[in-house]
Amino acid sequence: MSRTFKGRPLLAGACQGEALVTHGGLNTLASYERALVLHSKNAVCSDQNNPDLYKKDMAGKIICLPQTIGSTTGGLVLMTVCSVGSQPKALLFANHIDSLAAAGVILSDIWVGRRIVVVDQLGPDFLSAVESGQTISIAEDGTVTAS
Amino acid sequence: MTDSKMNLTPEEQAILDGKQGSVLAKAMKSVVLYGEAFGAGKLVDIVGDQHMVTSFGANTIKPYFSMMDELIHAGLKTRHPFTVDPRPIEYEAVNVNPLQKLVNKLVFGKQADYEKQLKALGLRNGNAFTCTCYLPEVGNTPKKGAMLAWSESSAVVFANSVLGARTNRNSSGIDILCAILGKAPFFGFLTDEGRQATWKIEIKTSKRPNAQLLGSAIGLKVMEAVPYITGLDRFLGKELTPEVEAFLKDMGAATASNGAVGLYHVENVTPEAKESGDRLLAKGYRTYAIDDAELERVRASYPVLWSNLNAVPRRAFIGCPHLNHYQLQNWIERISGVLKEHGLTRTKMPVALSTAPDIADLFRNDPAIRAKLTAMNISITTICPLMYMNNPLCAREPIATNSNKLRTYSTARFFLDDEIVELMCTGSVRQGEKTA
Repeated sequence: MSRTFKGRPLLAGACQGEALVTHGGLNTLASYERALVLHSKNAVCSDQNNPDLYKKDMAGKIICLPQTIGSTTGGLVLMTVCSVGSQPKALLFANHIDSLAAAGVILSDIWVGRRIVVVDQLGPDFLSAVESGQTISIAEDGTVTAS
Repeated sequence: MTDSKMNLTPEEQAILDGKQGSVLAKAMKSVVLYGEAFGAGKLVDIVGDQHMVTSFGANTIKPYFSMMDELIHAGLKTRHPFTVDPRPIEYEAVNVNPLQKLVNKLVFGKQADYEKQLKALGLRNGNAFTCTCYLPEVGNTPKKGAMLAWSESSAVVFANSVLGARTNRNSSGIDILCAILGKAPFFGFLTDEGRQATWKIEIKTSKRPNAQLLGSAIGLKVMEAVPYITGLDRFLGKELTPEVEAFLKDMGAATASNGAVGLYHVENVTPEAKESGDRLLAKGYRTYAIDDAELERVRASYPVLWSNLNAVPRRAFIGCPHLNHYQLQNWIERISGVLKEHGLTRTKMPVALSTAPDIADLFRNDPAIRAKLTAMNISITTICPLMYMNNPLCAREPIATNSNKLRTYSTARFFLDDEIVELMCTGSVRQGEKTA
């Protein structure tokens, strides 16, 4: 059974992909640090404090999250991840996007020329309704369907 | 992009329209879109010097270097001078083996080039590398109410909470663009409503809690929300002494790294809480009580990533964020005292005390102090311990720290202050005795 949610398309785009769900905040630096230091083409999560994502490859996934947390290098990390091509396909925020993620995706779009589709404000039920491994479809208008 | 939902001044609109060049237009577009994401209705002038998080010339951050080059080649400079976070390497104080040095070159090979970029864009001076730019010895201390666009989570939370300045938790990248424009989007912590607390934190511990552990508990619970903390003045008093500021600095850094806190209020202690009291609590706030058992629970949840749990640490790092003058003096005396208690003269592992260059100079320029510290196996450094741990070979070492921020971002193992001083001096520690 599929479920549909409507959010705000901050960086609009239509795409489909595999969901990777974190119920806690995504610590951007802690998650990507190891992959970046090792110049890895994939993006295996190195955040020991995030049991939902730890050791999972985040590259090309549709990451479903409440928000990002942690170091204010977060936006720079997203820019870098975009430049090496290991960025997520989309970021789907249950809450309002946070300032670090917003800066990161905007700077990636404008200065790197690579877009991560971003929809935020999908609501408190979103993260309890989606599961890692599900197929997610995103429409330009911010409609998100999990099946 | 020439249309904005924001109410821009004619000059801001002209910049956005490209009338002052395409690169400045890109900078304005970035800042405007960033503000629009949060419903900002306008841009405000930045009052005061900037502080930025990116201090490291990591080989991987090529898109950032390219952006900096674009800005420089367009002849742009920040409106005010700026400070940045600590440098990643200082071999005179924190030496590493030849293999680790080689890896450092691979990880931070662009450091010299990046520092040239920083200078070109308005770096304040050669001592401007610290995460505690607001300390009086450093002097990038914003006034209460000053509008800023800082990054570095620990500096942001200190500036907002302890100094009463107003800055959002800006990311690396957007910080330099705001500094070049001299503008910040008006939203979040820049507004009165954004400074209202949505969590009340009741401190019910039997004694003064460890700042790093308390901050972690708060950050993990409230995430990005603003907490209003009660009951802490029982232990801290009501004056912002250097000791209290050090406590708030370390607590704040842990709230920001374990969660995403950018502002907290401490009843009867921090400036806005002194002025407005519990009127800072927003309607419908939630409550979180912290007692001794809760701190124990939080501590027990930390994973330990050493391969050998009983290893004697290769090194101990104190000072993430950088120590203030009071703390640096206090740690030297404390280690010296515990060594004497045990009839020892030298710690069992190299101990690095990390502080701002301006403070480090006060100690390192005195030959007697320098000789005393060397004899004790202590170095005063100005590096970012987190950057040290970014070297994969260093990350494999058993590193001890009392910093919750360093614990969060690395394999370093967290110890409370009493534990780590015992560990430094004797090589072992009995854990689980003290959480406060």
